[in-house]
Amino acid sequence: MAPQITLSGRSMARGAFRPGRIVAWTLLLIGGLVMVTPLLFMLSTSLKDASQVYDLKLIPESPSFDNYWTVLSDGRFLRWFINSLVIAVTVTLSNVFFDSLVGYTLAKFQFRGRYVIFIAILSTLMIPTEMLVIPWYLMASTFGWVDTYWGIMFPGMMTAFGTFLMKQFFETVPDEFLEAARVDGLNEFTIWWRVAMPLVTPALSALAIFTFLGNWTAFFWPLIVTNSRELYTLPVGLSSFAVEQAIQWEMIMTGASLATIPTLIVFLLLQRYIVRGVMLAGLKG
Amino acid sequence: MATIALDGLVKRYGKTPVVHGIDLHVKDGEFVVLVGPSGCGKSTTLRMIAGLEDISGGTVSIDGHVVNEFEPKDRNIAMVFQNYAIYPHMSVGQNIGFGLYTSKLSETDKKKRIAETAQMLGLEALLDRRPAQLSGGQRQRVAIGRAMVRNPVAFLFDEPLSNLDAQLRAQMRIEIKKLHQRLGTTIVFVTHDQVEAMTMADRIVVMRDGHILQVGTPMELYDNPTDIFTARFIGSPTMNLLPATIRDEGGARTAILKSGRLSLPVPADAAVSHGADVLVGVRPHDLVVDEAEAGQTFVLTGEVSVVEPLGAETLVHLDLGGTPAIATAPGRAIPRAGDSVTVRAPAGSLYLFDAKTERALCRM
Repeated sequence: MAPQITLSGRSMARGAFRPGRIVAWTLLLIGGLVMVTPLLFMLSTSLKDASQVYDLKLIPESPSFDNYWTVLSDGRFLRWFINSLVIAVTVTLSNVFFDSLVGYTLAKFQFRGRYVIFIAILSTLMIPTEMLVIPWYLMASTFGWVDTYWGIMFPGMMTAFGTFLMKQFFETVPDEFLEAARVDGLNEFTIWWRVAMPLVTPALSALAIFTFLGNWTAFFWPLIVTNSRELYTLPVGLSSFAVEQAIQWEMIMTGASLATIPTLIVFLLLQRYIVRGVMLAGLKG
Repeated sequence: MATIALDGLVKRYGKTPVVHGIDLHVKDGEFVVLVGPSGCGKSTTLRMIAGLEDISGGTVSIDGHVVNEFEPKDRNIAMVFQNYAIYPHMSVGQNIGFGLYTSKLSETDKKKRIAETAQMLGLEALLDRRPAQLSGGQRQRVAIGRAMVRNPVAFLFDEPLSNLDAQLRAQMRIEIKKLHQRLGTTIVFVTHDQVEAMTMADRIVVMRDGHILQVGTPMELYDNPTDIFTARFIGSPTMNLLPATIRDEGGARTAILKSGRLSLPVPADAAVSHGADVLVGVRPHDLVVDEAEAGQTFVLTGEVSVVEPLGAETLVHLDLGGTPAIATAPGRAIPRAGDSVTVRAPAGSLYLFDAKTERALCRM
């Protein structure tokens, strides 16, 4: 007689009352609401006229896209949008290139002082941005970088976090891949570019998303280093809506809603990589 | 094709030596297998030939030129790695073609070379596939293809079959051997599997603890091992070793087995003296479960502990007076665990080893 097969405990438990799961779902729901509510209010406010801004209703009484036309027809907004895009894209490309180059070197080459360099890079993570702003400004002032694109970008062109992230990922690339390429006659730069980089695509995507978002929403440093309105980034420009005359919340929210579009595009394009990237980053600890 | 010569080759990590001045000359077109347990220095030796490890002492020469200071790319050798090292982001065709990345051939010639290589390895239909869509054997063939496409003077294989299942491993052994017969290129192949070494090599190099113990053809090593390690490493199942003591009575020397009190005559030329501890070696295929025949000296009785029927024969695990041993029972005569059986070995099939130095003393 054939032995009787019973379902595993996991299968048996499916559909059964599980208090732990209910608590988890409730917490997740609360967390989700906390994060989504401001976004919904932002969108809602962008569809209201100035008289309805303070009624705090989520669904506007007479929604209209007038604010969007107003913002988009204002040449300044487009200029700030382009500024932010240029800066965020340039800094992202720079980070992807330099962080991975340094991370690869620290992960895959044995040389004297390697550990010291790595610790020195890591230690910069512990210095708060607020402490660095004054030296950055002095540097920018000395070299004539104040109120220039380069002045906004230079502190973030390479980051300790990105270098650390890429080093951790490159360590997971088996040496045999690189050695096989070495035997096949490739030089070290080509090995990095043609062999190692495609193998860490999830990490590169994660780094690209983090860097892009960080720079797209950057406010503090661009505010300090820029003087002319033509060089404002989008967050700095939007904040000027608040100080020019009366606070125009509907315009700020419209601008902010438009500002989320590039981040959504970046996220949608790279999300399948970022999930893997974040998971792997977690595993590598 | 090329000769490869290692002269006094040394590798140290810090102050710890891992390869102790080995000498080896690989002939043009020869298939040499470096075999030994993990940590014996065989892969390190291969990597020094490839140029992937710095050389701490001695020389590596390819075709008579010392290449110690040459970069891997300047040695014109190709290497196949244990985990294949084929790039997951490239198709089979791109992987094979990657070997020609630095070649000055025209694109047309490169494509032609890739197609020829793929055809030789039966990969024509898979050229557009990604490695993830291939079986282990196909991946291994792609790795070999990438190595072949450059027409290198020598191939280096670093345990290339160890990730494959037993059936595929046997198949790939034959394919690599056929490939060698067709191309005639010099091959240095590293493995810890003595079956791979025996079945593929023109010559086997047995390594242990960074030293070469013995170099020879598979049958030379099987028939005349110079020490216990080689004797037990080559051949499957491993050679039985039965402890014994030498007794010299009026010039007539005998080895008295501790298990079974059997007395075996020792040849006069064996460099061993009275009272010395020795080990008598007998291969499981020479130790047959059968009734003793008249005139045979090596006859023992033992209790069966486990039997392993293999079809054509059965491996019989025995207890010979406290010493475990493996014998073979021919055909379908399968004893049962607990049975008391007689085993015998023909004259000339025994080996005598010094128990202290572990060196071979003579055949008996």
